[in-house]
Amino acid sequence: MADQVVLLDFWPSMFGMRLRIALAEKGIEYEYKEEDLKNKSPLLLKMNPVHKKIPVLIHNGKPVCESLIALQYIDGVWNEKSSLLPSDPYLNSQALFWADYVDKKIYGAATKVWTAKTAEDLEAGKKELIDYLKVLEGELGDKPYFGGETFGYVDVSLVPFYSWFYAYETCGKFSIEAECPKLIAWAKRCMEKESVAKSLPDSHKVYEFVLTLRKAYGID
Amino acid sequence: MAEEVKLLGFGGSPFSCRVEIALKLKGIQYEMIPQELANKSPLLLEHNPVHKKIPVLLHHGKPICESVVILEYVEETWKGVPLLPEDPYERAMARFWAKFIDEKCLSTVWKACFSKGEEQEKGMEEVLGLLKTLESQLEGKKFFGGDNIGFLDIVADFAALWLGVLLEVAGVDLLNDSKLPLLCKWIEEFNNCPVVKETLPPRDMLLKFFKMQQAATGPQYK
Repeated sequence: MADQVVLLDFWPSMFGMRLRIALAEKGIEYEYKEEDLKNKSPLLLKMNPVHKKIPVLIHNGKPVCESLIALQYIDGVWNEKSSLLPSDPYLNSQALFWADYVDKKIYGAATKVWTAKTAEDLEAGKKELIDYLKVLEGELGDKPYFGGETFGYVDVSLVPFYSWFYAYETCGKFSIEAECPKLIAWAKRCMEKESVAKSLPDSHKVYEFVLTLRKAYGID
Repeated sequence: MAEEVKLLGFGGSPFSCRVEIALKLKGIQYEMIPQELANKSPLLLEHNPVHKKIPVLLHHGKPICESVVILEYVEETWKGVPLLPEDPYERAMARFWAKFIDEKCLSTVWKACFSKGEEQEKGMEEVLGLLKTLESQLEGKKFFGGDNIGFLDIVADFAALWLGVLLEVAGVDLLNDSKLPLLCKWIEEFNNCPVVKETLPPRDMLLKFFKMQQAATGPQYK
Protein backbone atom coordinates (compact mmCIF):
# COMPACT_ATOMS: atom_id res chain seq x y z
CA MET A 1 0.00 0.00 0.00
CA ALA A 2 1.39 3.40 -0.92
CA ASP A 3 2.26 5.77 1.92
CA GLN A 4 -0.11 8.65 2.42
CA VAL A 5 1.73 11.72 3.66
CA VAL A 6 0.10 15.07 4.44
CA LEU A 7 1.83 18.18 5.79
CA LEU A 8 -0.24 20.79 7.63
CA ASP A 9 1.86 23.92 7.34
CA PHE A 10 1.97 27.72 7.02
CA TRP A 11 4.21 29.15 4.31
CA PRO A 12 6.44 31.48 6.44
CA SER A 13 6.93 28.97 9.27
CA MET A 14 10.58 27.97 9.76
CA PHE A 15 9.36 24.88 11.52
CA GLY A 16 7.24 23.84 8.57
CA MET A 17 10.16 24.54 6.23
CA ARG A 18 12.21 21.95 8.13
CA LEU A 19 9.77 19.23 7.17
CA ARG A 20 9.45 20.44 3.58
CA ILE A 21 13.23 20.16 3.24
CA ALA A 22 13.38 16.69 4.82
CA LEU A 23 10.55 15.32 2.69
CA ALA A 24 12.21 16.74 -0.44
CA GLU A 25 15.62 15.33 0.55
CA LYS A 26 14.06 11.89 0.89
CA GLY A 27 12.02 12.20 -2.30
CA ILE A 28 8.75 11.60 -0.44
CA GLU A 29 5.54 12.58 -2.18
CA TYR A 30 3.12 14.40 0.04
CA GLU A 31 0.09 16.64 0.08
CA TYR A 32 0.81 20.16 1.33
CA LYS A 33 -2.08 21.82 3.16
CA GLU A 34 -1.80 25.52 3.93
CA GLU A 35 -3.36 26.49 7.25
CA ASP A 36 -4.88 29.86 8.08
CA LEU A 37 -3.60 30.32 11.62
CA LYS A 38 -6.37 32.82 12.38
CA ASN A 39 -8.90 30.19 11.40
CA LYS A 40 -7.45 26.77 12.18
CA SER A 41 -8.97 23.86 10.29
CA PRO A 42 -10.88 21.06 12.05
CA LEU A 43 -8.17 18.73 10.72
CA LEU A 44 -5.40 20.66 12.47
CA LEU A 45 -7.35 20.83 15.72
CA LYS A 46 -8.01 17.09 15.49
CA MET A 47 -4.42 16.17 14.59
CA ASN A 48 -2.76 18.46 17.15
CA PRO A 49 -5.27 18.92 19.95
CA VAL A 50 -2.54 19.53 22.54
CA HIS A 51 -0.76 22.49 20.91
CA LYS A 52 -3.02 23.34 17.93
CA LYS A 53 0.11 24.30 15.98
CA ILE A 54 1.71 23.60 12.67
CA PRO A 55 3.60 21.82 11.28
CA VAL A 56 1.89 18.47 11.62
CA LEU A 57 3.09 15.53 9.58
CA ILE A 58 0.28 13.04 8.99
CA HIS A 59 1.55 9.62 7.90
CA ASN A 60 -1.17 7.17 6.91
CA GLY A 61 -3.63 9.12 9.04
CA LYS A 62 -1.41 9.27 12.14
CA PRO A 63 -0.13 12.70 13.23
CA VAL A 64 3.42 13.53 14.31
CA CYS A 65 3.69 16.97 15.91
CA GLU A 66 6.71 19.13 16.83
CA SER A 67 9.08 19.69 13.92
CA LEU A 68 12.28 18.15 15.36
CA ILE A 69 10.38 15.07 16.48
CA ALA A 70 8.84 14.80 13.01
CA LEU A 71 12.35 15.14 11.48
CA GLN A 72 13.58 12.21 13.58
CA TYR A 73 10.48 10.28 12.55
CA ILE A 74 10.99 10.97 8.83
CA ASP A 75 14.65 9.96 9.11
CA GLY A 76 13.71 6.76 10.94
CA VAL A 77 10.95 5.63 8.61
CA TRP A 78 12.47 6.62 5.25
CA ASN A 79 15.96 5.49 6.07
CA GLU A 80 17.27 4.22 2.72
CA LYS A 81 18.39 7.57 1.36
CA SER A 82 19.70 10.95 2.53
CA SER A 83 20.22 10.15 6.21
CA LEU A 84 19.79 13.28 8.27
CA LEU A 85 21.06 11.91 11.57
CA PRO A 86 24.45 10.18 11.93
CA SER A 87 24.51 6.49 12.83
CA ASP A 88 27.30 7.01 15.35
CA PRO A 89 25.64 7.50 18.78
CA TYR A 90 28.01 10.30 19.85
CA LEU A 91 27.62 12.28 16.62
CA ASN A 92 23.88 11.65 16.82
CA SER A 93 23.81 13.14 20.33
CA GLN A 94 25.70 16.21 19.15
CA ALA A 95 23.18 16.70 16.32
CA LEU A 96 20.27 16.42 18.77
CA PHE A 97 22.02 18.86 21.14
CA TRP A 98 22.60 21.55 18.52
CA ALA A 99 19.13 21.32 16.98
CA ASP A 100 17.76 21.67 20.51
CA TYR A 101 20.00 24.75 20.92
CA VAL A 102 18.50 26.28 17.77
CA ASP A 103 15.02 25.68 19.13
CA LYS A 104 15.75 27.03 22.59
CA LYS A 105 17.66 30.15 21.55
CA ILE A 106 17.19 31.39 17.99
CA TYR A 107 13.43 31.77 17.64
CA GLY A 108 13.01 33.68 20.91
CA ALA A 109 15.90 36.06 20.31
CA ALA A 110 14.90 36.67 16.69
CA THR A 111 11.30 37.40 17.70
CA LYS A 112 12.59 40.01 20.15
CA VAL A 113 14.31 41.75 17.22
CA TRP A 114 11.28 42.16 14.98
CA THR A 115 8.76 42.80 17.79
CA ALA A 116 10.90 45.35 19.71
CA LYS A 117 8.97 48.52 20.54
CA THR A 118 11.81 50.47 22.13
CA ALA A 119 15.39 51.11 21.04
CA GLU A 120 16.61 49.35 24.20
CA ASP A 121 14.59 46.21 23.53
CA LEU A 122 15.86 46.19 19.96
CA GLU A 123 19.51 46.46 20.97
CA ALA A 124 19.07 43.75 23.58
CA GLY A 125 17.35 41.47 21.03
CA LYS A 126 20.03 42.05 18.40
CA LYS A 127 22.86 41.35 20.84
CA GLU A 128 21.19 38.15 21.99
CA LEU A 129 20.54 36.93 18.45
CA ILE A 130 24.07 37.68 17.25
CA ASP A 131 25.58 36.04 20.34
CA TYR A 132 23.63 32.83 19.70
CA LEU A 133 24.36 32.85 15.96
CA LYS A 134 28.07 33.27 16.76
CA VAL A 135 27.94 30.20 19.01
CA LEU A 136 26.43 28.25 16.12
CA GLU A 137 29.04 29.69 13.73
CA GLY A 138 31.71 28.49 16.16
CA GLU A 139 30.22 25.01 16.16
CA LEU A 140 30.13 24.98 12.35
CA GLY A 141 33.82 25.89 12.22
CA ASP A 142 35.37 25.12 8.85
CA LYS A 143 33.00 22.28 8.01
CA PRO A 144 30.81 22.68 4.93
CA TYR A 145 27.76 21.63 6.95
CA PHE A 146 27.02 21.20 10.65
CA GLY A 147 26.98 17.45 10.07
CA GLY A 148 30.38 17.54 8.38
CA GLU A 149 30.64 16.71 4.69
CA THR A 150 26.95 16.04 4.26
CA PHE A 151 23.85 18.14 4.84
CA GLY A 152 22.01 16.87 7.91
CA TYR A 153 19.69 17.32 10.86
CA VAL A 154 21.21 20.50 12.34
CA ASP A 155 21.44 22.13 8.90
CA VAL A 156 17.74 21.34 8.30
CA SER A 157 16.87 22.74 11.75
CA LEU A 158 18.64 26.05 11.25
CA VAL A 159 18.58 26.96 7.55
CA PRO A 160 14.86 27.92 7.47
CA PHE A 161 15.70 30.91 9.68
CA TYR A 162 17.81 32.22 6.76
CA SER A 163 14.60 33.13 4.93
CA TRP A 164 13.79 35.46 7.85
CA PHE A 165 17.26 37.10 8.06
CA TYR A 166 16.34 39.90 5.66
CA ALA A 167 13.31 40.73 7.85
CA TYR A 168 15.43 40.71 11.06
CA GLU A 169 18.14 42.83 9.42
CA THR A 170 15.69 45.37 8.00
CA CYS A 171 13.69 45.70 11.22
CA GLY A 172 16.85 45.83 13.30
CA LYS A 173 18.99 47.86 10.86
CA PHE A 174 21.97 45.55 11.08
CA SER A 175 23.78 42.99 8.96
CA ILE A 176 23.98 39.39 10.06
CA GLU A 177 26.59 38.74 7.36
CA ALA A 178 28.87 41.40 8.84
CA GLU A 179 28.71 39.64 12.22
CA CYS A 180 28.60 36.01 11.06
CA PRO A 181 30.10 35.73 7.57
CA LYS A 182 30.80 31.99 7.81
CA LEU A 183 27.22 31.30 8.81
CA ILE A 184 25.90 33.22 5.79
CA ALA A 185 28.33 31.33 3.55
CA TRP A 186 26.93 28.11 5.02
CA ALA A 187 23.34 29.25 4.40
CA LYS A 188 24.11 30.11 0.78
CA ARG A 189 25.74 26.70 0.37
CA CYS A 190 22.55 25.07 1.68
CA MET A 191 20.43 27.19 -0.66
CA GLU A 192 22.28 25.58 -3.60
CA LYS A 193 20.47 22.37 -2.73
CA GLU A 194 17.16 22.02 -4.54
CA SER A 195 15.40 20.68 -1.43
CA VAL A 196 16.27 23.86 0.47
CA ALA A 197 15.73 26.38 -2.35
CA LYS A 198 12.27 24.96 -3.05
CA SER A 199 11.27 24.87 0.61
CA LEU A 200 12.21 28.38 1.71
CA PRO A 201 9.99 31.31 0.71
CA ASP A 202 11.43 34.47 -0.80
CA SER A 203 12.97 36.69 1.92
CA HIS A 204 11.17 39.78 0.69
CA LYS A 205 7.82 37.99 0.92
CA VAL A 206 8.68 37.04 4.50
CA TYR A 207 9.56 40.67 5.24
CA GLU A 208 6.19 41.84 3.85
CA PHE A 209 4.52 39.27 6.07
CA VAL A 210 6.48 40.51 9.13
CA LEU A 211 5.38 44.09 8.33
CA THR A 212 1.72 43.01 8.41
CA LEU A 213 2.33 41.37 11.80
CA ARG A 214 4.10 44.48 13.14
CA LYS A 215 1.12 46.58 12.09
CA ALA A 216 -1.30 44.14 13.72
CA TYR A 217 0.74 44.20 16.97
CA GLY A 218 0.90 47.99 16.96
CA ILE A 219 4.67 48.12 16.55
CA ASP A 220 4.55 50.13 13.30
CA MET B 1 38.67 -2.01 28.25
CA ALA B 2 36.35 -0.88 31.02
CA GLU B 3 33.75 1.65 30.01
CA GLU B 4 34.58 5.02 31.43
CA VAL B 5 31.25 6.59 32.30
CA LYS B 6 31.04 9.63 34.53
CA LEU B 7 28.09 11.79 35.43
CA LEU B 8 28.38 15.42 36.44
CA GLY B 9 25.16 15.58 38.37
CA PHE B 10 23.28 16.61 41.45
CA GLY B 11 21.21 14.22 43.56
CA GLY B 12 18.42 16.73 44.10
CA SER B 13 17.86 17.42 40.39
CA PRO B 14 15.16 15.54 38.48
CA PHE B 15 17.22 15.98 35.29
CA SER B 16 20.27 14.37 36.86
CA CYS B 17 18.12 11.56 38.33
CA ARG B 18 16.77 10.81 34.84
CA VAL B 19 20.26 9.90 33.67
CA GLU B 20 21.01 7.81 36.76
CA ILE B 21 17.78 5.84 36.37
CA ALA B 22 18.54 5.18 32.69
CA LEU B 23 22.12 4.05 33.35
CA LYS B 24 20.97 1.77 36.16
CA LEU B 25 18.24 0.22 34.00
CA LYS B 26 20.88 -0.59 31.40
CA GLY B 27 23.19 -1.97 34.09
CA ILE B 28 25.93 0.56 33.32
CA GLN B 29 28.53 1.27 36.00
CA TYR B 30 29.23 4.95 36.33
CA GLU B 31 30.99 7.39 38.61
CA MET B 32 28.84 10.20 39.95
CA ILE B 33 30.76 13.45 40.33
CA PRO B 34 28.38 15.62 42.40
CA GLN B 35 28.27 19.25 41.34
CA GLU B 36 27.47 22.35 43.33
CA LEU B 37 24.91 24.36 41.43
CA ALA B 38 25.81 27.72 42.90
CA ASN B 39 29.54 27.22 42.49
CA LYS B 40 30.10 25.68 39.07
CA SER B 41 33.23 23.57 38.82
CA PRO B 42 35.88 24.05 36.10
CA LEU B 43 35.01 20.51 34.98
CA LEU B 44 31.37 21.44 34.39
CA LEU B 45 32.25 24.70 32.63
CA GLU B 46 34.74 22.84 30.43
CA HIS B 47 32.30 20.13 29.40
CA ASN B 48 29.15 22.21 29.09
CA PRO B 49 30.35 25.65 28.02
CA VAL B 50 27.11 26.35 26.14
CA HIS B 51 24.57 25.91 28.96
CA LYS B 52 26.81 25.46 32.03
CA LYS B 53 24.26 23.05 33.51
CA ILE B 54 24.05 19.54 34.89
CA PRO B 55 23.60 16.77 34.01
CA VAL B 56 26.59 16.11 31.76
CA LEU B 57 27.45 12.53 30.84
CA LEU B 58 31.10 11.86 30.09
CA HIS B 59 31.68 8.70 28.06
CA HIS B 60 35.38 8.03 27.45
CA GLY B 61 35.88 11.71 28.23
CA LYS B 62 33.40 12.96 25.62
CA PRO B 63 30.57 15.10 26.99
CA ILE B 64 26.87 14.76 26.24
CA CYS B 65 24.62 17.51 27.61
CA GLU B 66 20.85 18.01 28.09
CA SER B 67 19.09 15.18 29.94
CA VAL B 68 16.81 14.10 27.07
CA VAL B 69 19.76 14.07 24.64
CA ILE B 70 21.69 11.97 27.19
CA LEU B 71 18.77 9.52 27.44
CA GLU B 72 18.75 9.13 23.64
CA TYR B 73 22.53 8.58 23.73
CA VAL B 74 22.27 5.96 26.47
CA GLU B 75 19.59 4.17 24.44
CA GLU B 76 21.68 4.19 21.24
CA THR B 77 24.94 3.20 22.91
CA TRP B 78 23.94 0.40 25.24
CA LYS B 79 21.53 -2.25 24.05
CA GLY B 80 19.84 -4.53 26.60
CA VAL B 81 16.80 -3.06 28.36
CA PRO B 82 15.15 -0.80 25.76
CA LEU B 83 14.07 2.65 26.91
CA LEU B 84 12.27 3.69 23.73
CA PRO B 85 9.69 1.67 21.79
CA GLU B 86 10.88 -0.02 18.57
CA ASP B 87 8.04 1.27 16.43
CA PRO B 88 8.98 4.69 14.90
CA TYR B 89 5.50 6.12 15.54
CA GLU B 90 5.49 5.04 19.19
CA ARG B 91 8.97 6.54 19.52
CA ALA B 92 7.70 9.83 18.15
CA MET B 93 4.84 9.75 20.67
CA ALA B 94 7.22 9.13 23.60
CA ARG B 95 9.40 12.03 22.42
CA PHE B 96 6.35 14.28 21.97
CA TRP B 97 5.13 13.73 25.52
CA ALA B 98 8.65 14.11 26.93
CA LYS B 99 8.82 17.51 25.24
CA PHE B 100 5.36 18.34 26.61
CA ILE B 101 6.61 17.65 30.13
CA ASP B 102 9.81 19.66 29.69
CA GLU B 103 8.40 22.63 27.79
CA LYS B 104 4.93 22.97 29.24
CA CYS B 105 4.53 21.17 32.55
CA LEU B 106 7.73 22.00 34.41
CA SER B 107 7.71 25.78 33.97
CA THR B 108 3.95 26.02 34.60
CA VAL B 109 4.22 24.02 37.83
CA TRP B 110 7.22 26.05 39.00
CA LYS B 111 5.57 29.37 38.24
CA ALA B 112 2.27 28.38 39.90
CA CYS B 113 3.92 27.05 43.05
CA PHE B 114 5.91 30.20 43.62
CA SER B 115 3.16 32.67 42.84
CA LYS B 116 0.42 33.85 45.19
CA GLY B 117 -3.27 34.71 45.34
CA GLU B 118 -5.20 34.97 42.07
CA GLU B 119 -2.07 34.38 39.99
CA GLN B 120 -1.51 31.10 41.79
CA GLU B 121 -5.16 30.09 41.42
CA LYS B 122 -5.00 30.60 37.66
CA GLY B 123 -1.64 28.88 37.52
CA MET B 124 -2.90 25.84 39.37
CA GLU B 125 -5.87 25.54 37.02
CA GLU B 126 -3.41 25.44 34.14
CA VAL B 127 -1.27 22.87 35.98
CA LEU B 128 -4.28 20.63 36.54
CA GLY B 129 -5.23 20.86 32.86
CA LEU B 130 -1.72 19.96 31.73
CA LEU B 131 -1.41 17.04 34.14
CA LYS B 132 -4.83 15.71 33.11
CA THR B 133 -3.65 15.82 29.49
CA LEU B 134 -0.46 13.98 30.43
CA GLU B 135 -2.25 11.38 32.51
CA SER B 136 -4.50 10.50 29.56
CA GLN B 137 -1.44 8.74 28.15
CA LEU B 138 -1.57 6.30 31.06
CA GLU B 139 -5.03 4.99 30.16
CA GLY B 140 -4.95 1.17 30.40
CA LYS B 141 -1.24 1.09 31.18
CA LYS B 142 0.86 0.54 34.27
CA PHE B 143 3.58 2.86 33.04
CA PHE B 144 3.91 5.31 30.13
CA GLY B 145 6.22 2.67 28.66
CA GLY B 146 3.68 -0.14 29.12
CA ASP B 147 4.47 -2.97 31.52
CA ASN B 148 7.91 -1.59 32.31
CA ILE B 149 9.27 1.90 32.79
CA GLY B 150 10.71 3.55 29.72
CA PHE B 151 11.90 6.86 28.28
CA LEU B 152 8.75 8.81 29.07
CA ASP B 153 8.45 7.45 32.62
CA ILE B 154 12.04 8.51 33.23
CA VAL B 155 11.42 12.01 31.85
CA ALA B 156 8.29 12.21 34.04
CA ASP B 157 10.34 11.58 37.20
CA PHE B 158 9.59 15.16 38.20
CA ALA B 159 5.95 14.21 38.68
CA ALA B 160 6.87 11.26 40.91
CA LEU B 161 8.52 13.37 43.58
CA TRP B 162 9.25 17.05 42.96
CA LEU B 163 5.69 17.86 41.88
CA GLY B 164 4.16 16.66 45.15
CA VAL B 165 6.81 18.46 47.19
CA LEU B 166 6.33 21.77 45.38
CA LEU B 167 2.53 21.53 45.71
CA GLU B 168 2.89 20.84 49.42
CA VAL B 169 5.16 23.87 49.86
CA ALA B 170 2.59 25.96 47.95
CA GLY B 171 -0.17 24.58 50.17
CA VAL B 172 -2.20 23.31 47.23
CA ASP B 173 -3.96 19.94 47.20
CA LEU B 174 -3.96 18.95 43.55
CA LEU B 175 -2.22 15.62 43.43
CA ASN B 176 -4.98 13.40 44.77
CA ASP B 177 -6.96 10.39 43.61
CA SER B 178 -10.10 12.32 42.75
CA LYS B 179 -8.38 14.92 40.56
CA LEU B 180 -5.55 12.86 39.01
CA PRO B 181 -6.25 9.17 39.64
CA LEU B 182 -4.09 7.75 36.85
CA LEU B 183 -1.12 9.94 37.67
CA CYS B 184 -1.35 9.11 41.38
CA LYS B 185 -1.39 5.39 40.60
CA TRP B 186 1.60 5.84 38.28
CA ILE B 187 3.53 7.74 40.98
CA GLU B 188 3.06 4.79 43.35
CA GLU B 189 4.15 2.23 40.75
CA PHE B 190 7.09 4.31 39.54
CA ASN B 191 8.39 4.95 43.05
CA ASN B 192 8.17 1.21 43.78
CA CYS B 193 10.70 0.37 41.05
CA PRO B 194 14.01 -0.61 42.65
CA VAL B 195 16.20 1.62 40.43
CA VAL B 196 13.92 4.57 41.14
CA LYS B 197 13.92 3.93 44.89
CA GLU B 198 17.69 3.88 45.02
CA THR B 199 18.06 7.02 42.86
CA LEU B 200 15.52 9.63 43.92
CA PRO B 201 16.51 11.90 46.81
CA PRO B 202 14.74 11.69 50.20
CA ARG B 203 11.42 13.53 50.17
CA ASP B 204 11.96 15.29 53.47
CA MET B 205 15.28 16.70 52.25
CA LEU B 206 13.59 18.15 49.15
CA LEU B 207 10.70 19.51 51.19
CA LYS B 208 13.08 21.30 53.53
CA PHE B 209 15.04 22.75 50.59
CA PHE B 210 11.96 24.10 48.77
CA LYS B 211 10.42 25.50 51.97
CA MET B 212 13.61 27.51 52.39
CA GLN B 213 13.40 28.66 48.76
CA GLN B 214 9.79 29.72 49.24
CA ALA B 215 10.68 31.72 52.34
CA ALA B 216 13.69 33.34 50.70
CA THR B 217 12.15 34.33 47.37
CA GLY B 218 8.70 35.34 48.54
CA PRO B 219 6.11 35.83 45.81
CA GLN B 220 8.60 35.70 42.94
CA TYR B 221 9.65 32.62 41.09
CA LYS B 222 12.89 31.62 39.42
